[in-house]
Amino acid sequence: MYRYDEFDAAFVAQRVGQFREQVGRRLAGELTEEQFRPHRLMNGLYLQLHSYMLRIAVPYGTLNARQMRKLAEIARKYDRGYGHFTTRQNLQFNWPALKDVPDILAELASVEMHAIQTSGNCIRNVTADHFAGVADDEIADPRPYAEILRQWSSLHPEFSFLPRKFKIAVNGATHDRAVVQAHDIGLQIVRNGEGELGFAVYVGGGLGRTPFVGRKVRDFLPVGDLIAYSEAILRVYNLEGRRDNKYKARIKILLHEKGLETLRDEIEAEFAARGGASLALPAQEVQRIAAYFAPPPLAPRPAASERVERRRGKDAQFARFFESNVTPHKLPGYAIVTISLKPIGGVPGDASADQMDAVADLAEDYSQDELRVSHEQNLILPYVALDDLTAVYDRLASVGLATPNAGLISDIIACPGLDYCALATARSIPIAQRLSERFGDGARARAIGPLKIKISGCINACGHHHVGHIGILGLERNGEETYQITLGGSGDETASIGQIIGPGFSSEAVVGAVETIVETYMARRDGPHEAFLDAYRRLGPAPFKDALYNRNAGADI
Amino acid sequence: MVQIVTANRLVDGIVVFQDEAGGWNEDFARAAVHQDAAGALTRAAEDVAASLIVDPYAIEVELRNGHYAPKALREAIRASGPTVRRDLGKQAEGLAPLHAAHAPTEKPHVSL
Repeated sequence: MYRYDEFDAAFVAQRVGQFREQVGRRLAGELTEEQFRPHRLMNGLYLQLHSYMLRIAVPYGTLNARQMRKLAEIARKYDRGYGHFTTRQNLQFNWPALKDVPDILAELASVEMHAIQTSGNCIRNVTADHFAGVADDEIADPRPYAEILRQWSSLHPEFSFLPRKFKIAVNGATHDRAVVQAHDIGLQIVRNGEGELGFAVYVGGGLGRTPFVGRKVRDFLPVGDLIAYSEAILRVYNLEGRRDNKYKARIKILLHEKGLETLRDEIEAEFAARGGASLALPAQEVQRIAAYFAPPPLAPRPAASERVERRRGKDAQFARFFESNVTPHKLPGYAIVTISLKPIGGVPGDASADQMDAVADLAEDYSQDELRVSHEQNLILPYVALDDLTAVYDRLASVGLATPNAGLISDIIACPGLDYCALATARSIPIAQRLSERFGDGARARAIGPLKIKISGCINACGHHHVGHIGILGLERNGEETYQITLGGSGDETASIGQIIGPGFSSEAVVGAVETIVETYMARRDGPHEAFLDAYRRLGPAPFKDALYNRNAGADI
Repeated sequence: MVQIVTANRLVDGIVVFQDEAGGWNEDFARAAVHQDAAGALTRAAEDVAASLIVDPYAIEVELRNGHYAPKALREAIRASGPTVRRDLGKQAEGLAPLHAAHAPTEKPHVSL
């Protein structure tokens, strides 16, 4: 994985020093909150419902054991013993004191981490496929390009005061696990007819109050043009994006107002005007960065493990874990293990300091000292030998991290919602908890099959509800929490925005409503092979609407 | 309209409530109750200028079983702590409002 060079280390240390000074001036009354706010946001520090919240970048979701242990240490020393993994592959602490944040940032810098550009109107943490480098359907590892974009965009003087935040994702496999079409810029690695590597470029995707699926502006962008073309997009957006209304300031609105053809022409004109030459990525620089992400030298192993097969035969719980949380690896004899942070009845994405330490130990002992954070709020061990799966499973189970539900109905994305967030209009987490208790991780969840429920506690859509197969949006109406359901959303290569199925449901009724939707799917599907999303796309909303509203199935608003 | 004034303490972000003396207290029960919070907000603005607190505002409260509690769910959660982690926030320290709307107590509170 990437290691800081002298420039990186000096840069991050300098930023810590600057923020320490800024915090000192704020606490001494030399800066007002209005003056200080942009500084704290650029360092990932929010003021939330109960306290400050610090969002720490995990670039493209990759970290090592030492870094995870540092997060655990910070959780214990400066926070309340836990952290929350987010849909941007970041980690949030919910209770840091402002006076401690410079020390926290210094601790992070000691393990090559930071909180730079995890907030503010700038280019945010670049995300990537959490199976990068190990997926068996991978065209190329997206992380070198994500790292190049990170270096280019960090404190970029031209793009530090954008009309609004700007999110980039890179996916390197045929299956989109990075939700690229819901990003301001989505980069899908492709090969052209000559076998050369490049990117299909999507622009103007986004969720929030006005959701759009990104539109393709380039079928094939050569790798060497990555920065020049990204700069052309950012420059057009920076000049023409609206600054009069923050709700209309994202590039998706610019695309919607101008139309795809016009925006694409402007981007291409900007790109051509600059010639691209000054920002052409030298091949040797790409290779230099890519070398950091070279796969570890793993010894070949048998493609099957007798130990695993024996355990599967006698331990149903392990068999379930193997079925849902273990993914084929590009190397025979190895597996990718998804550590679900969705215990039944638990808080999606939360991990205690002890759990973080346990996962760090596992990464060191069994996964080449490497971990990933997924946008689905889970953790990944990317390099586990098949023969080690039983030991990994046992150790995960000992710390409550062996929930066998990855990709199933109880593997729910939920934003922090009104339990923590100052912007939220309703709670998200309790709905996720009740849904996971209703459907569990056993036979019923398995019979339902792949189904993504995503819950947001306000229209800002941090819980990605628009791209949930079943999306739930929490709102406040007349002082009561109410939940609007959308169906048919998807964040993969067949991206779509879910459609509102009808009037919302009370907190009490929403779990029953989801159950009605699931039962309708089970009754109408074309057999177990037809997943929920496929069935919904075939059937359309009518049978679900009918079940929800015409049969007195719980609609109450 | 019955109101109290709340803010976050600058140094650590913790939710605080303005008391009768104009000071800031972590305990909801110590909050001064106003029919008109305008004067209290003026005092709060001075404490913003003095870098003691940030984002002061007035919230509506109502009497429930003889105790004031925030009317809005958001404010009830803010004054108590996350409903999904009862071990955190004011509710874990005995500083939360009694009878907050979202927080059914396991043992019914008996006012003496």
